[in-house]
Amino acid sequence: MNSVALLSAAKDGILTGAVYALMATGLTLIFGVMDIINLAQGILVILGAYLSYALQVHWGIDLFVGLLITIPLMFIVGIVIERAFIGRLKGPEKTAMSILVTYAVSLLIEGTLNMVFSVNDVQLHGWYVAKSFAIGSIHFGYIYVAGFILAAVLLSSLYYMLYRTRFGVSVRASLADQTSAALVGIDVRRVSTITFGIGVAITAAGGMVYGATNSFNASSSYDLISRLLTIIVLGGMGSLGGALLAGVGMVFVGDMVGVLWSPVWSSMSYFVVLVIVLLFRPQGLFGQQSARVA
Amino acid sequence: MLAKKNLWWLAAAAAFALFPIVVTNPLYTTIGVFTVIYMACATSWNMFSGYSGYIALGSAVFYGSGAYTMALLSIHLHMAAGSSQFWLVPVGGLVAMAFAAPIGWVALRVRRHTFVVITIAVFFIFQLAAINFGFTGGTSGLNLPFITWGFQDFNKPFYYAGLVLVVFATLLSIAVRRSRFGLQLLAIRDDEDRALGLGVKVSAVKITGFTMSAFTVGMAGALYAMFVGQIYPQFVFDPMFDVSIALMTFLGGLGTLTGPLLGALILEASQQYLTVTFSNGSLYLILFGALFLIVIIFMPQGIVVYLRDRITKRVERERAAVAANEAASPDVALGGAR
Repeated sequence: MNSVALLSAAKDGILTGAVYALMATGLTLIFGVMDIINLAQGILVILGAYLSYALQVHWGIDLFVGLLITIPLMFIVGIVIERAFIGRLKGPEKTAMSILVTYAVSLLIEGTLNMVFSVNDVQLHGWYVAKSFAIGSIHFGYIYVAGFILAAVLLSSLYYMLYRTRFGVSVRASLADQTSAALVGIDVRRVSTITFGIGVAITAAGGMVYGATNSFNASSSYDLISRLLTIIVLGGMGSLGGALLAGVGMVFVGDMVGVLWSPVWSSMSYFVVLVIVLLFRPQGLFGQQSARVA
Repeated sequence: MLAKKNLWWLAAAAAFALFPIVVTNPLYTTIGVFTVIYMACATSWNMFSGYSGYIALGSAVFYGSGAYTMALLSIHLHMAAGSSQFWLVPVGGLVAMAFAAPIGWVALRVRRHTFVVITIAVFFIFQLAAINFGFTGGTSGLNLPFITWGFQDFNKPFYYAGLVLVVFATLLSIAVRRSRFGLQLLAIRDDEDRALGLGVKVSAVKITGFTMSAFTVGMAGALYAMFVGQIYPQFVFDPMFDVSIALMTFLGGLGTLTGPLLGALILEASQQYLTVTFSNGSLYLILFGALFLIVIIFMPQGIVVYLRDRITKRVERERAAVAANEAASPDVALGGAR
């Protein structure tokens, strides 16, 4: 097997994987803090991509500049979804109900997107989308590198916020134990809403990069959400570092399988890896074994 | 009270049995066939996920394996198209169970929330396998032997076969509910650790329940394949199927007996009807999503439980009113005074 193909698979794994890691971080953060599995994350990524698309087509706004508009917009979308639907869920079946509620939300968004943008595939354009440079015999697409940098910057700011600010401390406290967090005076309700907003806001950036590197329509969300869920389960639900590593690892493994075997099996390899890992570590790579198995 | 309840069941059964005789328009009887297929699936899904609280979102795995069993066997055994194919329906169910047991063994090792995601992952493994393996015909699908029943009566045998599945799934669900095994499933739902502590073999019970629920879903998939005549991986391994039967059950009432039946009846019939009349998939998605949000927010326990609670409250209110009246009348008040 030629080493160039392998190296280039490794490069893709890291560049694309970082973007997946970014989107998965939003998902795992929401789960960790709120016990909510946000099945709408996939369609929200697509919504973010379509927002960039609309800005570009109607006002000619550059994709990266457009993020200054789409990220705050998606933050508001997240807050609205949380306040309108998710915050109302209570009781022991909360997580199961959240799956259904967010799925219903995603159907609503999918139907609306189909009506507004039709079901034809679109792709985002910019002068940098089709260009690439080469180091040795490995080609680096500008957009992939830019997407990686964007993901790295956003992830670092997220980590900075979580580990160096007062709000981050409340988020991590709620992540660890909601009841105790509330007892020491943290407004868990407010933390939850903002966390959900942040988790959704991230999708604007992820969606933009996804839309520039893939052609998409609203139903691409199914493929996306299944990958994102696989990533967060593999990493351990609620674990931020796990999502990061699993995001990169999954894309890497997928590309390797594509190179060594056949691209046909590359997306299947995600799920096979997941099942194998869970056989040995049911809690995922970095998940904590909960005290109570249920 | 009990007799009245039985009367309701009897009336419903009669209505279902008479439906294709009264309604002869093939457009509507087709809706009928899909509705009974989904009623059987939702009931069967509820028998595991509703009772145990382990929400599975990968039942299309069993539906699809049933459908492919029916297709592959009738093609490779060179079966005559027609009623003899019905014998393959239970075979489809058995194949689905054969897949369910190892899947359950892997998927049920994890926590409840992770279980949901693993069932989704397993579902995608099957979908991708069906698309990429050679013997499944890939994306071009498989054509079953062509059944040459008359156009007018074509739907009837399928409708009644589907109805048999509904009755079977319901009886099985009742039997499980009343058995020791069913109690163990409910105990797992309420508190798995305590159930374990009390000596319930939780793993064995969960895997058995999961595998049992695959049987009817596999049979329904086989029946579906025979009914539509050609199958494609994206339609038999359909993520919408997974979520639909879960939603039907939640809509009707998770863990109740009539809930999944009612939920599937309402949702599948209206979905089929809307698709036929509007033929606008996007509008349908919006309506479907909105309906769901309304139900989940306002009747989080499902229609059946919501109605039952309302009726009980009304009865209680009437009783209270009667009691108040009695209290107000002087002789009772006198008797009540000390």
